[in-house]
Amino acid sequence: MGRHGADPGGGAPVTLLLIALGAAVGAPLRYLTDRTVQSKHDSVFPWGTLTVNVAGSLVLGLLAGLPAGHAVSALLGTGFCGALTTYSTFSYETLRLAEDGHRFYAVMNVVASLVAGLGAAALGLMLAQALH
Amino acid sequence: MAEHNAAPVDADVDLHVPADRAELRPSPLPVLAAISAGGVCGALARYGLQQAWPHPPGGFPWATFAVNVSGCLLIGVLMVIVTEMVTNRPLLRPFLGVGVLGGYTTFSTYAVDIHGAASAGAPWVALGYLAITLVGALLAVWAGTALTRAVVRR
Repeated sequence: MGRHGADPGGGAPVTLLLIALGAAVGAPLRYLTDRTVQSKHDSVFPWGTLTVNVAGSLVLGLLAGLPAGHAVSALLGTGFCGALTTYSTFSYETLRLAEDGHRFYAVMNVVASLVAGLGAAALGLMLAQALH
Repeated sequence: MAEHNAAPVDADVDLHVPADRAELRPSPLPVLAAISAGGVCGALARYGLQQAWPHPPGGFPWATFAVNVSGCLLIGVLMVIVTEMVTNRPLLRPFLGVGVLGGYTTFSTYAVDIHGAASAGAPWVALGYLAITLVGALLAVWAGTALTRAVVRR
């Protein structure tokens, strides 16, 4: 989540601990989700990474739209959603698909990730507005 | 499932690669603990950069841009190293690739910040950020891979 100017307690040990806790769960959950999705679809298209990126964008959109407190935003936003989602794996997959001759899948991975990721974040923001 | 010996498509885990498929056996704990520990390091590094380099509403999220592009450069370097050079360290990709770089880079903040810029009345910042991150990330992963391959295969 973007940091806007002064952020009281931003570097406090408790904030760092909450981010660490969220990331300690988010990163292995990405790996396990990716494995589960791949075991159900035998395809070179990276459905697993798309799934975590879309799910994480939805949750972060919801958090950004709600009046989530500093602690919740550190734990679930910066820690959990930040570690659940990934740009490095997304771009590596896109490169590998293109290198392996799956140019159509490479382009579709970019288009689908952007459309679904931005759509999910928008949906999260709208849900948050509807909730309060 | 089709077997192939080439580099994996998915840097986190690719079940087409026998070693990736088997890495939770006999126990999933070492791999999951390595990913978790790496994820914590990556997320804290990302947060540190975002704190050091905050952006105003409607401003360009330079910190997250730098995080995502540098993480893409590094995953390119790492994946060549773990597939062509250091193939006998089974926790290296889980810790550094899935954990540190996966935890460091973020797609969710990218998506939400694009909406943030657009709703703060800066649609060109939103569009520019969207495009520059994407192009920068893809160029970075390509450069990281190409440069490391050139060094490793020399």
